[in-house]
Amino acid sequence: MQKVIITVVGKDTVGIIAKVCTYLADHGINILDISQTIVGGYFNMMMVTDPEKSTTPTGQMADELSRLGSEMGLSIRVMNEDIFNAMHRI
Amino acid sequence: MINILEAKETVDMIARENLDVRTITMGISLLDCIDSDLDRLCSNIYDKITSRAADLVRTGEEISKEYGIPIVHKRISVTPIGLVGASACRTPEDFVKIAETLDRAAKTVGVNFLGGFSAIVSKGMTPAEENLIRSIPRALAETEFVCSSVNVGSTKTGIDMDAIRLLGDIILQTAELTKEQDSLGCAKLVVFCNAPDDNPFMAGAFHGVTEGDTVINVGVSGPGVVKTALQAVRGESFEVLCETIKKTAFKVTRVGQLVAREASQRLGVPFGIVDLSLAPTPAIGDSVADILQEIGVDYAGAPGTTAALALLNDQVKKGGVMASSYVGGLSGAFIPVSEDQGMIDAVNAGALSVEKLEAMTCVCSVGLDMIAVPGDTRASTISGIIADEMAIGMVNQKTTAVRLIPVIGKGVGDTVEFGGLLGYAPIMPVSRFGCERLISRKGRIPAPIHSFKN
Repeated sequence: MQKVIITVVGKDTVGIIAKVCTYLADHGINILDISQTIVGGYFNMMMVTDPEKSTTPTGQMADELSRLGSEMGLSIRVMNEDIFNAMHRI
Repeated sequence: MINILEAKETVDMIARENLDVRTITMGISLLDCIDSDLDRLCSNIYDKITSRAADLVRTGEEISKEYGIPIVHKRISVTPIGLVGASACRTPEDFVKIAETLDRAAKTVGVNFLGGFSAIVSKGMTPAEENLIRSIPRALAETEFVCSSVNVGSTKTGIDMDAIRLLGDIILQTAELTKEQDSLGCAKLVVFCNAPDDNPFMAGAFHGVTEGDTVINVGVSGPGVVKTALQAVRGESFEVLCETIKKTAFKVTRVGQLVAREASQRLGVPFGIVDLSLAPTPAIGDSVADILQEIGVDYAGAPGTTAALALLNDQVKKGGVMASSYVGGLSGAFIPVSEDQGMIDAVNAGALSVEKLEAMTCVCSVGLDMIAVPGDTRASTISGIIADEMAIGMVNQKTTAVRLIPVIGKGVGDTVEFGGLLGYAPIMPVSRFGCERLISRKGRIPAPIHSFKN
């Protein structure tokens, strides 16, 4: 299964997770894991998702989530899990 | 599973430290295009490039979006045209026609550079190769995307001094024909010793005759990532310094390896090599000079710079070779002047001269790169600078290169603006002492004693 990792970085505000989750639910993307932390006052969230039943291609999802992020003053990135595995796992 | 701190590290490298895949370069052999009729040859070349590379740019953009990693350039390298055009071209003008064909093909497939308007003349020039070299000024002035290189020496063959003498003139003519654009043509011409067959970086990329029909080579970069990693270990021992560079180079190269595999699979073209070069850009923080400063010199060019660069180059290679089984190309640290803000600052501060750069090229991965010199520099002086650099490559069994830009109408104290990734550069002084008598000698410099390993 090809997983997609969504990272969200920015100033903490109410409803960040809600908005991202709503988008994912609307597009048939299953969330497998969520972790979050605050580093230096900045909200950092990582979601591991399964796009198998997604109604939207990953490239388009990346654009739409990035737009959604900028509306909230956040940086949202959608990246194939392989890039993290390549970099951090031997 | 990946944890959030690892994810954050990767995202920061891309978002803040300019980590990118610098280029996916498709190498295409044109040997099967050869024909004795020039028009048929050009049409074969155009057809082969536009069919093989039809999906290159789109595929690169798709991978970039899905993996969230910028892939800055999509490019093509071809078999040295000095070979491909040999049976059809009788004059330099004939070679210009091939350059125009390459330019049209590049435009059609949407790549931003195409390399391989090249001649490999390490020991001597065939009449066709000499014609190709003589066609370079017009070829580069009349095309937009074509890059040219000439390999004039190797450890195994020695140095072709006749080609070097000719190239001194050719570089000045190229500068003259593109003087309206600050002699930009010279930024697309590299003179090599020991040129690799699989280099994905421009302007020196060509698809060597040792390669297969079509191949995907990837060049990764990331000086900013190395610099940021080193900031975290400021003042630590050399052991810690080296370990940090190696780990960072490993991570960067793994990204290149992943992208190369993916591109190769999607395009149905074999994967060749990953070139793990630290290639700076004019963007702030994307500088090799900044890494040298972080290692501990006040400016690039200060005493200690060559040692710092030697260490950097070696650790980058050591980290990279574990990340990919097929590392190739140039792999190491590039030290261009105009493309690196830290180098430009060093020149402006008076810390960096052409002579110090020459010393640095003994331990870096390439050579004298993107250096603007006065437009009235003598052809023999340019040839002399090339000969020195080639000698370093020949004796040290490494690739060296020269990309000098004599800017017509400008002198020391002026600045030249190339735009985009090529950046801008202060004009650097060259030695006022001549070498006419050396350059006017005919023939070649023999291969060094350590080339006899048979």
